[in-house]
Amino acid sequence: MTMTDTPTALNRLGRLMVDRPLLPLIGLLILLVAVLAVLNPGVLSMFWASNTLKIAIPLAMLAACQTLTMLTGGIDLSVGTVATIAAYLTATLSPLIGVPPAFAIALASAVLIGLVNGFGIAICRVHPLIMTLGTALIATGCLLVYQRYVIATGVLIPDFLLWLGTGRSFGLPNSLVLFIPFAALIIWAQRRSGFGRLLYAIGANEATARLSGVRVWQVHLTLYTLSSVIAGITGLLYLGQIKTASLSLALPLDLPSVAAAVIGGTSIFGGRGGYGGTIVGALILTVLTSMLTLMQIPEGGRRILFGLIILAVTALFIRLTERS
Amino acid sequence: MPDAAEAVPDAVLDATGVAKRFGAVQALRDASLRVGPGQVVALMGANGAGKSTFVKILTGVLKPDAGHVKIRGRDSAVANPAGARKWGLVPVYQEPSLIPDLSVADNLRLGDTGVEPFRHWVSELGLPDLSPEAMIRSLPLASLRIVDLARALAIEPDVLLLDELTAALPTDLVDRVLKVVRAQADAGRSVIYISHRLTEIAAICDRATVLRDGQTVGDVKIEPGIEERIVEMMLGGAVTAAVAEARAVTPEAAGTPRLRVRSLKTGTRLTDVSFDLHAGEVLGVVALEGQGQDELFDVLAGNRKASAGTVEVDGNPRSFSHPADAIAAGLTLVPGDRAHALLMSRSVRENIAVPLLADVRNWGAIRMGEEATRVAQAIETLQIDTRAQGEVRRLSGGNQQKVTIARWIAKGVQTLLLFDPTRGIDIRTKRQIYGLVRDLANQGAAVLFYTSELAEIRLACDRAVVIFNGRVVDIIDARDADEATLMRAAYGLTEKAPA
Amino acid sequence: MKRWIDANAWTLGLAVLLAALLLATKIIQPGFGASGLDSLARAALPFALATVGMAIVVIAGGIDLSIAAMMAVASVTGAVLMDGATDAQSVVIVLGVLIVGLAMGAINGVLIVVSKVPDIVVTLAMLFVWQGVALLILNAPGGAAAAWLRALSAGGVPGLVWLPRAVVFLAMVTMLIWLPIRRSKLGLRLYAIGSDPLAAFRSGVPVGQTRIIAYALCGLFAALGGLAVTMSTGIGEPIPGPYLLASVAAVVLGGVVLGGGRGGIVGPILAVFILRTVRMDLTLLSVDPNVAAIIEGTIMVAVVMFGAVLATRGRTK
Repeated sequence: MTMTDTPTALNRLGRLMVDRPLLPLIGLLILLVAVLAVLNPGVLSMFWASNTLKIAIPLAMLAACQTLTMLTGGIDLSVGTVATIAAYLTATLSPLIGVPPAFAIALASAVLIGLVNGFGIAICRVHPLIMTLGTALIATGCLLVYQRYVIATGVLIPDFLLWLGTGRSFGLPNSLVLFIPFAALIIWAQRRSGFGRLLYAIGANEATARLSGVRVWQVHLTLYTLSSVIAGITGLLYLGQIKTASLSLALPLDLPSVAAAVIGGTSIFGGRGGYGGTIVGALILTVLTSMLTLMQIPEGGRRILFGLIILAVTALFIRLTERS
Repeated sequence: MPDAAEAVPDAVLDATGVAKRFGAVQALRDASLRVGPGQVVALMGANGAGKSTFVKILTGVLKPDAGHVKIRGRDSAVANPAGARKWGLVPVYQEPSLIPDLSVADNLRLGDTGVEPFRHWVSELGLPDLSPEAMIRSLPLASLRIVDLARALAIEPDVLLLDELTAALPTDLVDRVLKVVRAQADAGRSVIYISHRLTEIAAICDRATVLRDGQTVGDVKIEPGIEERIVEMMLGGAVTAAVAEARAVTPEAAGTPRLRVRSLKTGTRLTDVSFDLHAGEVLGVVALEGQGQDELFDVLAGNRKASAGTVEVDGNPRSFSHPADAIAAGLTLVPGDRAHALLMSRSVRENIAVPLLADVRNWGAIRMGEEATRVAQAIETLQIDTRAQGEVRRLSGGNQQKVTIARWIAKGVQTLLLFDPTRGIDIRTKRQIYGLVRDLANQGAAVLFYTSELAEIRLACDRAVVIFNGRVVDIIDARDADEATLMRAAYGLTEKAPA
Repeated sequence: MKRWIDANAWTLGLAVLLAALLLATKIIQPGFGASGLDSLARAALPFALATVGMAIVVIAGGIDLSIAAMMAVASVTGAVLMDGATDAQSVVIVLGVLIVGLAMGAINGVLIVVSKVPDIVVTLAMLFVWQGVALLILNAPGGAAAAWLRALSAGGVPGLVWLPRAVVFLAMVTMLIWLPIRRSKLGLRLYAIGSDPLAAFRSGVPVGQTRIIAYALCGLFAALGGLAVTMSTGIGEPIPGPYLLASVAAVVLGGVVLGGGRGGIVGPILAVFILRTVRMDLTLLSVDPNVAAIIEGTIMVAVVMFGAVLATRGRTK
């Protein structure tokens, strides 16, 4: 039953994917870009690259929420809603009470949603998927009520967010100013902080973590709150990028954020993966989406494809881990 | 091979040369079993002899790598339990295979079993008042065993396989069951009877087939005084020569014990266990499978709550509601199942470092240098082969086991609870573990050491408590703990009230 | 008799609660009568059918996250095909949609059994796939429903104006499909694999096959639910409604234990009507519909949390 028994191509690929997930992913990304270049000669340019980066960054940030929660075997389907709420609150409150208080309220509501998620998942042990879906539903209701009763004045998108979301410096999107430190922090924390390591430990074997003295609920509560905060910040960035405050601003990013993490090699069962892969996953999805748009594949086809990718990658991981 | 089996020419069930391998572990190498009509044959073997694997192959849950099982002379094509039944083989498992959320009658219907014959057998077995409408969930364990057996009898099988049937039964029901089983054989049917209770085997079986190390090592006729012979066969010819080395302390002289356990009880299996464990001592625990030792270790590690009894650490009463509480009191567990003890997909270093990070205060930046030193020291102490350290799953069984122990070495050991730490690992690693355990004790740690391998008591321990039926039945000094003595005690043959 | 009451205490409690809520409605709105009941039942119908489907998989020890998306596929398939079809054609179309539902559910089940990926992940992926399929069939709400189909759930039964047709439809469909299954060996098997898959296997139950059937039945009820959406609106809805969370909440409130093996179909249906009545009462109290949605969502999440706590307790015992 050892892996050396039958060194099939699948086995070797599997080992590669487990050991160095970034290599095949980057290969796939390059391949997709090449296909795109063949389909549409002349599309590749510095501007194109910068634009792709700009579009990929909010997706990659929401996918950070999925990566972190998936490391423990969970998921957070409320991130799109949280991002939308944070963005909407900022845009509508800024003209009323000024930008910094609006930021504070936006992030406070993100924290609140995260705490509710954390409570349900950590204390009541509701499955994360059901719990986050439920809070998303309630939070959306709250946003609609807020929209009906509170909004009277106009919408103001702070200049700072516009600069961050749409501006360019030296040919590169300004959002990198936020994203590079963010990504560096996550990648550092997942391996070199106690909290990050515990995420892997809980996902790899919750019973072991418990027997080692980890109070799992504390980790879950912190994790889902953190996830919500990241989603809230992403919402602010996305507001600067899209430049309108809509009630469904970031909702279309929910599903791709899960797909980006899964493609990036993070196991949906936990214990395996990391944010480096997720970033490449987000880039792959962005390139793939522009390719599908180019080929005029409708939204429905895109969703089917995303669903099948999640299923196929997960099934592949199960087969690979069963073998060893 | 001494063969009473050759006297079974027209065997109803005939298994020969059965072998099965799980990864690196050869669970069965050459197991055979012949059962003739009208016979009750005991299938015997110490823990880890391969009994349960053999049962799974006979009932079609597993496929053998080699060998074949013939029923009535034809190669059995048993693919699952339903198939086994078509072939006339009906098992009654250790864990009742009844659906908890269905009534007795619905369970019968699910398995196409007649209600009338079932009723007959239930009252024959001593439960005439059982309502067919009763929910399985609401029945006590003893009744479930009876229902399970009555259901099997109602099918009128050619071969009945009974696995530890009497383990949870009160004495009066045991007598009834034994009578019914014997009557089955007298009516010309065949029974395979698995039990740890030698007295029952002497009472109803015709022959006993003994497994050791995955091999059938004997097939004997049951006659007065055969128990000793069976015990010998289960142990094997080799009597361990190693003599225990000098002990660091004599427990009596040590004052307040590190761990004092009194009348501990939880669930149905652990009923009343008391003992003292001193600093500097290695206390062995000896028990057959399922006598309450799993529950004992779980309670001490904070993984399960006791329903009665007390635990004192250094004289202070403690109760643990989470493993973190037990760890704070210095009680650290190395669980028996490595799959539950390791982060298989993570590195050696991450596995060892988990307890160091568990507390919220350690959630921030890891002092990588300090961690590396601690982990390196633990790896050094245990001599872990870390060539394949990227993923613990790729280590050998022995090295995996060392990692589970290294975790607590890195954290600092006070009281170490080892649950069968040497199961399925090579002899060299075993010796390293005995040495390590002794070193830890000499440095002032207290060690509780459950082992399914009786020879280890003399090699690694100072004393041994023997648990049978959830109670301590004996405490034996390691110097007197030869395997035969331990085996007899573990089978409840020498039961005496502990002081 | 006492045993029956004991076994169905939870369901009886729900029935009493529902009666009390209806009484409260009558007090809030003295004019509440046949038409009020009718609109309540019609609004509840898709929820109730989704809940029955969800209850079956949960009883069998699973969960189906793709239920709302399958309803959307059924709804648009029916509406697109019925646009301009004759009555006779539309009967065939309805039967076809039900077969499509069965097939979608069976695909979910086969994928779970064959791929060995946990049900929650498979049905999450399939949620996206079925959503995509629905969008491919119909990009925006549209299509039509046959008149006879619309009449099935609208208004009261002739001669018995108090009895909404939607309730009769629900009762008939459920009895026609679920009752024979419940009484047969298949019903026992569904409960068996949810209660204890190992014991079921040892009792000779074909576990994989039974699991596939459970998901197929869920797909069938999802198709009925999707048709019910089309019945009441007259068009196909490609965007899945809030049926997933609502059905899980109703299943839990209805006394089916998450994890499987326990509960029935009547409890969850009563739970659907209770949740709908609460929603209606809030509207009658002129609470803003969005606020009502928040209250309803909060109730559902609270119910699910409560159910999860009970399920965890049951496991550790």
